[in-house]
Order: sequence, then C-alpha cells, then structure tokens
Amino acid sequence: MAVTVPALEMRGITKRYPGVLANDHIDLDLRPGEIHALLGENGAGKSTLMNILYGLAVPDEGEILLDGLAVTINGPSDAIARGISMVHQHFMLVPVLSVAENILLGEETMANAVFLDRSEAHRRIVDLGHRFGFEIDPEARVGSLSVGWQQRVEILKALYRQARILVLDEPTATLTPQETSEIFAVLRRLAAEGHSIIFISHKLYEVLEIADRITVIRRGRVVGTRIPSATNEDDLAEMMVGREVQLTVDRGESHPGDPALRIEGLRVSDDRGHEVVKGVDLEVRAGEILGVAGVAGNGQDELVEAMTGLRKPAAGSIHLSGSDITGWSPRRLRDFGVGYVPGDRQRYGLVLPFPVEDNLVLTSYHRQPFAKGGVRNDGAIDDWATESIRDYDIRTPSATVPTGTLSGGNQQKVIVAREFSGQPRLLVLDQPTRGLDVGSIEFIHRQAIAKRDAGTAVLLVSAELDEVLELSDRIAVMYRGEIVATRDGRTADREEIGLLMATGGREPIETATTTMVAAE
Amino acid sequence: MIAIAGVPLGAVILAFLVGSVLIWISSLVTKKTFDLGLPVTAYGAMLEGAGLTGNINGLINTLVQAGPLILGGLAVGVGFKAGLFNIGAHGQFLMGAVAGAGTGAAVASWPAPLAITAAILAGALVGGLWGFIPGALKAWTGAHEVVTTIMLNTIASTFIGYLVSGPLLAPGFSFDRTGDIGNAALPIIFGRNLHFGVIIAFVAVPLIWWLLWRSTLGFEIRTVGANPSAARYAGMRPARITIFTMSLCGLLAGLAGAIEITGITHFMNASYDTDVGFDSITVALLGRAHPLGITLAALLFGAMRAGAGLMQIQTQIPVEIVDILQAVVLLFIAADVIVRRVLRIRAAGPAVQELQTVTRSYGEQAAR
Repeated sequence: MAVTVPALEMRGITKRYPGVLANDHIDLDLRPGEIHALLGENGAGKSTLMNILYGLAVPDEGEILLDGLAVTINGPSDAIARGISMVHQHFMLVPVLSVAENILLGEETMANAVFLDRSEAHRRIVDLGHRFGFEIDPEARVGSLSVGWQQRVEILKALYRQARILVLDEPTATLTPQETSEIFAVLRRLAAEGHSIIFISHKLYEVLEIADRITVIRRGRVVGTRIPSATNEDDLAEMMVGREVQLTVDRGESHPGDPALRIEGLRVSDDRGHEVVKGVDLEVRAGEILGVAGVAGNGQDELVEAMTGLRKPAAGSIHLSGSDITGWSPRRLRDFGVGYVPGDRQRYGLVLPFPVEDNLVLTSYHRQPFAKGGVRNDGAIDDWATESIRDYDIRTPSATVPTGTLSGGNQQKVIVAREFSGQPRLLVLDQPTRGLDVGSIEFIHRQAIAKRDAGTAVLLVSAELDEVLELSDRIAVMYRGEIVATRDGRTADREEIGLLMATGGREPIETATTTMVAAE
Repeated sequence: MIAIAGVPLGAVILAFLVGSVLIWISSLVTKKTFDLGLPVTAYGAMLEGAGLTGNINGLINTLVQAGPLILGGLAVGVGFKAGLFNIGAHGQFLMGAVAGAGTGAAVASWPAPLAITAAILAGALVGGLWGFIPGALKAWTGAHEVVTTIMLNTIASTFIGYLVSGPLLAPGFSFDRTGDIGNAALPIIFGRNLHFGVIIAFVAVPLIWWLLWRSTLGFEIRTVGANPSAARYAGMRPARITIFTMSLCGLLAGLAGAIEITGITHFMNASYDTDVGFDSITVALLGRAHPLGITLAALLFGAMRAGAGLMQIQTQIPVEIVDILQAVVLLFIAADVIVRRVLRIRAAGPAVQELQTVTRSYGEQAAR
C-alpha cells in the first residue's frame, strides 16, 4: 500500500506563555479518514495546540503541514477556509434561530447581493444530513432541540463550510449513552468519506471505542501514541497523569448508622408546572452512599433542587436527622449541615470573577469566624483559604486569583473544599465529576468515601453509571420521576441497571432515533 | 492595571483628540483661520480655569462641580455592582432636590445643624423612595429597571414642577419658586463657594467602599451582580438585595440633589433641571463602577465644567464643547472595541462588563 500523505501534520510545535511552556515540541499527525483522539488532563496543553491549529494562537516554533504543504494559519477564518473546523465543548448556537440560520451565520449562502438563498441552503443542509445518516429539519428552532441534536447541528456547521479536518472538543460531555452511540455512527461515516477527525476527550472508554489512534499529552509534551488494541484504560490513565491512577477507587465496607435522610412521597413540578417527581420515597443512612442512577432529564434535577431548598415540593416530606426540612431555604439547610455540590458548577457553584477565597466562603461568609455583625473578617477567610488549598490540593497561584482562571478540576475542588468541610449531616453530589480529568475524579471519589466513613449521609446523583457503581453502597434507579428499583451496591448488575435506566423496567418502546424530535 | 484602567483612560484621550478636531473645525468655520495650536491653548485654558495651574478659586470650582457627580456616580456605580442599570439617578436627584428645597423652606428658622440635617435627610429619604420603587418592581415582577427608571425620571421632572408651582410655592416672588431655606443652607467652609456638601460627597466614597468590600451585605450585593444563580444557591436572597441596592442608589442620588439645593441655589424654581443625573452614568462607567475610579472620573468632569468658562473667555470656544467631550467619552466606553483597537489595549476580560447589565433579560431576578 502506498504511503498516504497525512491530512495534517504538526511538527515540533512549541508555544510559551508567561511562566509556562504550554506546548513543548509537539508532533502530531492525522491521516485522511482517521479518527485520532487527543487525551490529556486540564492544563496539559491540548487547548493550546488546538488553538494554534485553529489560528487563534501563533506557535513560537514548529510548523503545520496540510496535505504535505507547509502553511501559516492566520486566524479562524483562514483555518475555516483551509478546511479546518472546530466544534467546541460549549455550543456556539443561537437558541432563538433556526438550524439553517445557525449554520448560515458567517457563511451565508446568498441568492444575490442582498437576500439569502434559503431554499438552496435548506437543500444542502438536508443533503448533508442524509449523507451522514440523519434526517434534519432546517426550520427547527435550535433552542427546542435536545443536546444530541444540537451537537449534530454543530457538526453540520463544520461540514457546511467544507471542513476536511474536524476538531471535536469533548463532544460527548453532555450526551446520554444512546446519543453518544448515534454521534459515533455519524463520526464513523464522516471518516469513511475521507474527513479526518481529532477527538478530544476525557472519557477513556469512549476514546478506546471510537479512535483509530490515541495520542496522550502531559505537561505540554506528547507522552505517547497508541492504537486502541495495544492499550487499555489503566495504561492511558497512567500516561495522562504520570503515575498509576486508581480508576476505580475501592470504597471498602460501609458501616451505616441510623437513617439520616428520609424522603416520603415527594412530588415536585418543573418550571412549566409539569409534575416531574412523582411520589419518590428514599432513605439514606448516616455513613452510607446512595447513588441515584438515571438518564439526565428523569426528574433528578428537580429532586435535588427540592432537597437543597431551591424548589418547593408540591407534596411529600423530607426529614433529616429527625427534623422536618421540607421547604427550608438554602441558607437554613446549609446552617443545619447540608452540603451541596451542584451539577452546573460554573452557574450555581461558583462566582468565577471572584477570588478563590471568596468562593471558598460563598456559603459561610455570613457566619463566624468569617464575619461578625455583618463585617467580614478577612484574616479568618485568609487562613481558611490557605488551609483548604493545602488540604484539597487546589492548584492555584494564590487565594486571590479569579476562580475562573483555575482548571475545571481545580474549580470543582474549590466547591468540594467548601461543601465537604465541617461535619455535614448530608452531602448532595450532583454530577460531581462531569468533565473532569482522571486525576481529579480519583481525588473527589476518595473524598466522598472519606466523608461517608466519617458518618455523613451521601446522596449521589450521576448520569455516569460507572461512577454510581463505583461509589454507591446502595443504588436507586430513577425513571420518569419515580424510583423504579433499588439494589445493593455490592451485588448490582451493570447490564440490569443500564436497562432499568433506559426503560424503567417496562418493555422497550420503539424509538425513532434517526429522525429529529423536538425535546419536550 | 492596563486591563482595568486602559479603556477608560483610552476613551478620555481619544475624546480629547476628537475634541481637538472639533475645535479646529469650529475655528475654521467661525474665524476662517486654521490654528494648529488652538486645542492646546483651549485645553490649557480649561486646566487653568479648573485650578490645576494653581489658582485656588478654580480648584474650588472643580471640587464643587465634582461633588454631586461623585454621589451620582456612586448612585449608578453601586447599581452596576449589583447587576442593575440605574438610569434613574436623574429622577432620584430631582426628587431629592425638591424634598430638600421643600423641607429646607419649612425648617428655615430652626437651629442650623437641625435644619441642615432635616433638609438633607429628607432629600436622601425621598431619593431612596424613588429608588425603592423600581427595585421592588424588579424584585417582585421582573420589570427591567432600565424601563421603569426612565419612566420615573419623566414622572419626577413633571412632578417637581407641580410641587414648586403648587404646594411648595413661596409667595411674593415674580416667578414660581420654593421658599428660602434660611438656616438649612449648607455652610461655606472655604473660599467663596466651597460648601459642606463637597465634604459629604468625599466622605461617602470610603463608606461605600467599606460597604461593598468589607461588609457581608456588600459581598451579597456583588455576588448577586456577578452571578444571581450562584447567589441563590449560596443562600442569598437576590430579591431583597435588589430592593436594598436600588434604594441605596436612590438615596445617594437624592442626597446629591438635596446638597445641590442646600449648598448652592438655596431654592428651587419650577423649571429646575440639571444634567448631573445623566452625567453620573458616564462617570460611573468611566470609573468602572469602583468608588476610587468614580471619584477620579467625577473630578475630571468637574474640572472640565469648572474650566470651560475660562476657556470660552480666552479662546471663544463655546462651553458646550464639554458636553460633546463627555458624550464622546461615553461613546468610546460603550464601543470599547474602538479604543482597544486604536490604542492596542488587550483587556483581560470584557473591558466594560458594567454595560452587560443592560442586556440582562426580563424576569431574571423575579423572586420565585
């Protein structure tokens, strides 16, 4: 077989920022029709490398070759013109516009000098969808689409601009397992048609499933490139972190005490008045982790909000340590010993522009020793911040830098340091390791187990089935607002839980997965 | 430092450059001469008039002009910190002024310290009420404060006309006006017109700074402004914070209004109007909503106003150029990309995040 010219070659790419060598002579090559995964912790240098590819940064050394020819990429529009397109982790879609309008934005197909050629655009979009295995409605309002379909629109944006090379940044971070397989099918067809794909991800098992080759980056350097058949999760994790990583923390025996949290007949409605929690009964004992497994959107958000004072239940009761806490305000719950790690950490858990120390006292700033009589005690806050940063290994230049400058894993550690401190009676963890690298995941799982061993009742809500299986002493499956099963964590069967999550224990219903359906 | 002060400084510099062009054009049109050095002479005269070349009276005028802008700037700036755009400083100022005028006339014969306190306090409280209204509406119904405060501005300016010609009308004058405030007048502490109100304005600066950065309430205000969702999660009550902050803003603006009356004019006529309320918005934006920045911006604007007279005398450039300069500064702050491109300033984050409060959606902070 003749040697094929790589679609993309990055040779010796080096980039320095003040105080850090972000990329250190990185070599990467991408063959035509290949899916090449890029693995690395936050801060390893993947984003810098991709920014260079996309024209957002200029390398200090090194060169980029497209189809064998050396090029200089002057900004994103130049990158797009050269067939390189990036699909970002956080979608760049305008919710109130239609699919077609979003795709056309910046790459308008014109009928003449003034008007858009909508019918031509529609035709092209529908065609593209067909080529890659799905039926797309160009008129659908993007805001009404499910996350999986929004992801497809993002990919179509790239294809519409005739991308030959697609860079996908954490494409499955917000997808259900089912949506993930569907997107993978699309990616395989893209590769079969000769498109080359760079797939950035934290999820080791997905990367092993979809990639043709895997390159691991650590601290700005390429650690190694592997073929999936020649490696496994442990090997990859060790390459990413530089030491052996316990991918599955041994949670050991739990020694549960008395029931701490009792939820009885809880009914909660969503913002539109629909009942989404339909009579839930749950019990969590002190010193025990109860994991609520379920596909996102089955009422877990509203259940958690009802338990943390952000939403009033319509009916039912919640008791903690014998006290009725139904309908208590967030502050009252916190003062009573409820810690809460929110699912959307940047929106609910942190104030990103504020210094790290402010976020560390975000829920306790009003109490002694951090304040007295309404006046802040900066010294006490300082001390607490120093202690927390040390105890939780938060990587930050200081306690006063804006929290937004920390990596995702360290931001989550700030929240964990805050919520886990003291002796909480109850810890509510909502997607605690979403989007985090293996090192941070390991750390947070260990902390959760330590809290359990210290007597805290822990309620874990996660869409990551593996996380639930790893941590939970008992598992409850939530489906369409009800708890449809509970199992012992030691004997739970992964297949069975997965099936219960997807179907609720009923006969599977025929779902039209390749036709676009507006989300409820 | 550049990231914080870059755009405001750049906006001022560019504004003065634009002003130079206008000065050239104006002299070409009126005197048919092109004098390259005219802007320098004009600005120099402005500096002199503002007392920055040493004349005490000029300095006093600068401080007197800056005083109300400091309070007004704080009235808008504190709002920004809480994610609120207080365009209502104008109306709050007017209501404070009329309250000060009316109360002052009523207590004119009281002992001076009591009379002054009563008049100033009345102005502050009425201004606070004028801020409470849009704050409560926002907290309880989600009504955007930009809309409600603009409406309240109009209501205020017509209402004071009614008050002055009606219930507060003082007999015996040839035009409609309130009574003389007598003992409620703020004492002059230096020179011809440096009144005590300037001190009040400068004292307010560290107090507001302390409130925002040293008190738990200030932490709540800033958190609600930075991330209302996280504020709720953290147990804060955005609705209450909104109401309190708008009331405080109104109080500051009303205080400024009362000080204007009791310190300078000593009465109010039926057609009373002023630019202070709107200039305060520019001052707050220029000062990046920070008490120190606001003070500096207020002093700059105060100097410009104080020096404009001498500039007009010496160079025949009309005083209205100051309005133009201030408007251009505001323009450049709003279109900060221009400043950043021209002066190659790289901002660490959004250069003027205060303006993002304008686009916050309806109902975001309505209490559930």
